Parts: sequence; C-alpha cells; structure tokens
Amino acid sequence: MSNTPLTPGVVAGRLSPEEYDRNFGDAYPPLDEHEALVAADRCYFCHDAPCIAACPTEIDIPLFIRQIQTGMPQAAGRTIFDQNILGGMCARVCPTETLCEGACVREAAEGKPVKIGQLQRFATDTVMAKDAHPFRRAPATGRVIAVVGAGPAGLACAHRLAMHGHDVVVMDGRDKPGGLNEYGIATYKTPGGFAQAEVEWLLRIGGITVKTGVRLGRELALAELREDHDAVFLGIGLAGVNALRAEGEAHDHVHDAVDFIADLRQATDKRRIAVGRRVVVIGGGMTAVDAAVQAKLLGAEHVTMVYRRTRERMGASAHEQLHAVSKGVQIITGAAPVRILGDGAVTGVEFAYTAEGKQGLTTAGESFVVPADQVFKAIGQKLEAAPGGLDLDGAKIAVTGPGRTSLAGVWAGGDCAIGGDDLTVTAVKEGRDAAEDIHATLMGAATVAAQ
Amino acid sequence: MANLATDFVGIKSPNPFWLASAPPTDKEYNVRRAFEAGWGGVVWKTLGLDPHIVNVNGPRYGAVWGADRRLLGLNNIELITDRPLDVNLREIKAVKRDYPDRAMVVSLMVPCEEDAWKTILPLVEDTGADGIELNFGCPHGMSERGMGSAVGQVPEYIEMVARWCKQHTRMPVIVKLTPNITDIRYPARAAKAGGADAVSLINTVSSITSVNLDTMSPEPMIDGKGSHGGYCGPAVKPIALNMVAEIARDAETAGLPISGIGGVTTWRDAAEFLALGAGNVQVCTAAMTYGFKVVQEMISGLSEWMDEKGYTSVAEVSGRAVPNVTDWQYLNLNYVAKARIDQDSCIKCGRCFAACEDTSHQAISMSPDRVFEVIDEECVACNLCVNVCPVEGCITMEPLAAGEIDKRTGRPVDPNYANWTTHPNNPGAVKAAE
Repeated sequence: MSNTPLTPGVVAGRLSPEEYDRNFGDAYPPLDEHEALVAADRCYFCHDAPCIAACPTEIDIPLFIRQIQTGMPQAAGRTIFDQNILGGMCARVCPTETLCEGACVREAAEGKPVKIGQLQRFATDTVMAKDAHPFRRAPATGRVIAVVGAGPAGLACAHRLAMHGHDVVVMDGRDKPGGLNEYGIATYKTPGGFAQAEVEWLLRIGGITVKTGVRLGRELALAELREDHDAVFLGIGLAGVNALRAEGEAHDHVHDAVDFIADLRQATDKRRIAVGRRVVVIGGGMTAVDAAVQAKLLGAEHVTMVYRRTRERMGASAHEQLHAVSKGVQIITGAAPVRILGDGAVTGVEFAYTAEGKQGLTTAGESFVVPADQVFKAIGQKLEAAPGGLDLDGAKIAVTGPGRTSLAGVWAGGDCAIGGDDLTVTAVKEGRDAAEDIHATLMGAATVAAQ
Repeated sequence: MANLATDFVGIKSPNPFWLASAPPTDKEYNVRRAFEAGWGGVVWKTLGLDPHIVNVNGPRYGAVWGADRRLLGLNNIELITDRPLDVNLREIKAVKRDYPDRAMVVSLMVPCEEDAWKTILPLVEDTGADGIELNFGCPHGMSERGMGSAVGQVPEYIEMVARWCKQHTRMPVIVKLTPNITDIRYPARAAKAGGADAVSLINTVSSITSVNLDTMSPEPMIDGKGSHGGYCGPAVKPIALNMVAEIARDAETAGLPISGIGGVTTWRDAAEFLALGAGNVQVCTAAMTYGFKVVQEMISGLSEWMDEKGYTSVAEVSGRAVPNVTDWQYLNLNYVAKARIDQDSCIKCGRCFAACEDTSHQAISMSPDRVFEVIDEECVACNLCVNVCPVEGCITMEPLAAGEIDKRTGRPVDPNYANWTTHPNNPGAVKAAE
C-alpha cells in the first residue's frame, strides 16, 4: 500500500507496519521488578489512606504496595482481587489521576503520586501469570443465577456469586464476553488480547457458564429468566448511542465512535482499518478521546475533537486530554455542531460557538467549518431496550442499595443502572456488591452471617 | 572559608576527613585515588606479621537497606590485609613520600606478645608514617586468634599493649576501640593509662545482617554457612555518637583526643562527631557506597556550615556539645513541650495519628476531612509524631513558656529547673538545698 497521512479521503494503510505496531502496542509498558520496588518504596502507608477512599472498589492500596515492597507481589495481587476481580483491567484503564493517584498524599507533597495503577498491574500480572486461579468456591448451594451482560459488572457479579457456591449463567449479545473491556476501550490501553485472557482467568473459578450471542428482548425475556433462575442480575450497559440531531448525519463516513473503537479492537490487522485524512470527533468524553487518538495513530493527518462546553466540563480527564494533545489531536471547546456538510460523502462540519448562561447552552451565532472526510460521533450512550416492568430513573434502571431493582429477584449494576458513572471500576463494585446482596437474600441473612 | 586543617595528636592533615582502616585503604592504588579525591588522611588497612592471613573466597559483605535500596548498614567478614608485610610497607612509604601533607596512619594487629610489637613497630616507623592505630576492635576472625576485639574487650590487655607501643616507637599511638563491650569507658581509660595518645571509635558491631530463608544460612553465606561480621554504616552512627560522648565527658578520660568513627556519611554526621568531642573523623562505608568523591561534599558542607556559624577552626567545633550531654536524672522535669502540626505543610498521610492513637497517648485528633490536630490535654511531647512524619519540619515540638498552663496537668509551667534527684516520687531523692 502506498497511502500516506496525506492521501485524500478515507483509506487504509496510511502508515508502515512498524508504525502500526508501535502505535497500537502497550502505551504504558509494565513496570519491571526493579521499577516496581522503586515505585513501591515511595508509599507512606498512610493511616485510613485517602487512596482507598478514592477507589470505588476500596482496594487496600497501602497494604498491597507494602506486600510488593516486601517481595510478595502475589500476596499483593490477592489483596487487590479480594476487592476487585477485574483489578488487572482496572490497573490499565482506570483514570487513576482522578481516583487513587489523585488522592495520594504524595500528589499533595510533590505533585508526583505513587504509581498505584502501574503497581496494581505489576501485582495482578504476577498472579495472573501463574497457572492457578487464586480463589476457590464455597460448597455448592444449588442456586442458579442469571447474569445478563458479560461486561465488568456482570463478570464481577458472576465471579463473586460463584465464589459463594452458586451456579451462574452469564449471557451476552456480542460474540465475545468482556463488554466494554473487549469492545469499548482503546487498543493501546489493553493490547495483547488482555480482555479475553482476563475473562478466561476469571472463569477458572468454575461454576460459571457463558452464553454469547443472546440478547435481552430478543433471544431472552426477563420474565423467563426470573422463572428459570433464583435471581437475575442485569449488567446490560448502554447499548444505544445518542443521536447528534444535526443536519447531514446520514452522509457517508459519519460514524458512531463506539463502533470505530470496537472495530479497531477486533481488527487483527490495523492496516486494514480505513481512516480519513481529516477527522472530526464530536464529543468530550473518554470515548471521544479514544476515537480521536486512535484516528491519529492510524495515520490521519488532522484530527480535531470538538466539545460544546468548556474544557473543565469535559468527561475526559485532564490526563486523557493531555494524552490526546500529545498525540497531535487538536481540541476545540465551546462549539456545537450545526450541520454536517457534504454531498454524499462528508466534507466538513459546521460548528457554532456556544455560551453557557442561565438558559443553559446557547449558540451565539458565529460559526466556523472544520473540513473533514470522516466524522465520529461520541456524544454519549443510552440505555436501549430496557425490559418492561422495571422502574427507570431518568434514562437508567432505578436501583436502591446494592443494585436492587423494582422487581423482586432482579438486581442491576454498571452503566445501565442509576449510579453508574461509565467507569470499569464502578461497574465492578456494583456487580460485586449486588452479588453479595443476592447471596445474602438467597441464603438468608442469618446463614450468611454464620459463614 | 573556614580552615579545615587539623592537628590530631601532632598528625597534620588538610581536613578532618580520614579514610578508616578498611578495604579502601588496603593498597597504594586505592590510597592514591583517595588522596587525589581530597581525603585528608588514611589509616592504612591493618597490617599483621607474615605469613599474611587469607580471606574467604566467597562474599565478604552483607547489607541492610532502607527505602529505594539506600545502603543503611554494611557488615563484613574480611580480615586484616591479606598481602605480604613488605609489600604494604613499601607502598606506604611510596605514598607518604608523594603526599607529605596528608595524614598516613598505619593500623596494626599482631599477637599480644611484646616481641611481636617490637618487631613490627620499627618497620612501620621506617615508612615515614605519621602514626599507628592499634586495631583492638575487629570482632570477627582475628578475635578467634586472640587478637582484635579479643584484646579490646580486656582493658588490661589494652593498657599493656599501648604501653609497649609507646615504649618502642616515637610515633603517636591511637587505640581503636571495639563497641562490643558493656561500658566503653573502661577500655578508653585503659588506653589512656597505657599512655596512648588517642582513641578512635567505634570499630564494627558484631552482627548477622540477614538470613537466607531458602538455604537457612546467615548472610553473607560461604558454602552454606555464615559467620558473624562487623556492622558499620549509617545504622551504627547513634551507637558511635553515644560512645564518643561517653568518653568525652568521663572525668578520667576527658581531654583524651578522639577520632570519631561510625557511619559518617555527610558533613553533618562529621560535625556531630566533632561536637561530641572528636578531633577528626574516619570514614569507610560512605566511600565504599559512593566512591571517594563523597569527601568533596563533606569538605564543602562542613566548611560552609562553619562559616555560617562563625567557627574558624575544627578545634573550635570539637567538643562544643559535650557539656550538654548529661545523665537522665539531670534533665529538667519542668521543661514542657507540645507537638505542633503545621497545617500548610501537612500532606494528610495520617501517620502521626496512627502512631499516636495506636502506640502512644491518643493525643492527635483526626477530622473526617483529614485535618490532624494535637490534643494538648493528652500530649506528653514524646516526639513520635515528629519522627514518623514524612515531611521535615511539618510537626515540631514547641516548648511552653514559663507560667503557661500545661493543659495535660492543668498546672502552670514552673520557670525553675528541677530534676529527678529532687523529685518527690524518687525514693532516693535528696532534699533541695537546705
């Protein structure tokens, strides 16, 4: 292929094979043992540590870092997995700068937090490299629980239920389990097939059956699931995408960013993924950044991310924004799309400057055009096909406490439920806590307490 | 710039930093490099009589590390020089000839017989060396043969050998003391009684640094076995400082020149040894850890500090803190301090809280938003919070002014000095002057 970043239109193979390998390899290579020990030495073992409080799954971070420090990374991994069975993925994708590392007292002291995320990866990688799953199941209870959605919430829920001796059937509409871990995260954050390897490792607890290609509302009905199982957990995520509601959305080469990201993740050969010379990404969240950065990494000459509000309001963290800028993505804030221009294929996007006032966001009248031959929409996902009978809270499934829905015997967690915040780690926490509640409910509080 | 030149028992050196008798001073090559780097003097690695001893052929050192693998303590099982006597003597002579302004002291260890000393002393004198140091300290290997610390642990032997040396050489005699003894004042007094010109201390502390949990052998391990070694480096500095001070303030040995040894790593360590009565310092582990260049930091740091304080000579610094070293019973019990936490520099790690709440006096409060404050009603000013705080200067001990109410006792701070000797709780209290 002789295409370059300057080749007009939407084409594949803009870069050399070496460039693709470099661009889509591990963006943050793992710490080796020496680096881990140096990093671990910086932890102060704080009392009632702020990093723990900042972690949605409340991993005992000072303890696991001390375990690394004392030469026991496998014990450290166990400390992590006790709280968060997807600690390996979270180590890679968590916005640590806004969670644990943002709370680290060394951030206050020197502006350089302990590398908690990378240390967590070191510990979890050590455990996962061993040929043994670190958890065992309790004696079988004879209960069977349906988990709909094999994303982080569903997997965390399933693992915890299996640990307590229940049998679990995990169902997912896609071809592979993993949910957004498999389909929704930039390739360079989790290369090497890690998402599937993690699912396989998690399933080694036993007692979990995975059925793929089955969707709620099509192959599955909630009423039947309730009838056939002792409990149901819904971790169905947000399968729908918000529409732009701007003229010209139907032009060629206007796509949903989530599809682009999923296609990239599934593509074994990145050279075959076509990308525009001039790419515009509309939105300001993690999805927008993942799409914009990866468009650049595929060889697009110009990538512009446009967000309608101020930079501070962007869903993408400051760290993510910086990452995007460092890869050559231009970020424009305070501009909303008016129409997508083109004649068949897209040629550009017209934006209007916005102002935030008492009436909310208004466009001031002045507008500009960003030329584009490819446009990605990343303005949020929404719950699709929520099963009837479930109370909703706004656009999400209403839950109380640890994921209890309005239907008896049905729990929900992760992005589909109210309280979810688009983070893997939050989904894990909700799945885990729902599992504990399901277990307590099924076994009777007294039995659980006696265990 | 302050003048760092020192005259220690008549031995002159351009600065008070000598390399201690140890592996770095075993050979001409090393010592020339040391002098080129700026060291004021060396104590040549201990000579013995031929046939020369042999060393083990496996590891000689074991270590203890702090954070980031900073070397805090080093242990060695190396013996005295393992080279022929005449080779060492020849090299000492050559180096001294080329560096006449540097101190050249030769460490010696021969059997406890007068003839042995009579034999070796003239040979050393012939090299032009400035003085000798009697190695009565080595705790490993040589002590099993009746030398090293086997001598240093018996004050009578120290006195005897020191006397022989003073009789048979015109060179100044420094007696190096072992810390592996109950009361350091006894060997120091013996050295003085024997006529020694000075003492140097401490030699290394008997130690096992670690155990290999796979082979179940102490480190350093030689073919599955380990032997105790001599411990040195920053970890032993507090032990050394105390022993130096004990000798400096002992009525019987007061004024006896002291060469301070034990974990000197920076100019500050050196200044502390000087303040407690040392006339110079000897260094080994810092050089072994960082190379000879460290002396440049020590020289510039000490000089800078002396300038700041207005000290013009090392002798002026020497012993300045000795009058302030006292016995516990004379500490002022009317001195009352309280911990103070500077909220601006606090990073909210909570270590002060954990330490105080779990292991001390429950005198630090913690608010839900992690503000840590001292509860004066409970604070006994133990200093543990200061010691565990990772931010230097964040927590301080502030004395209460006379008349101020100590909220812990409810009583005003007494302006008068009063110690245990007169305290009513002391069964042996003497009545205040009548």
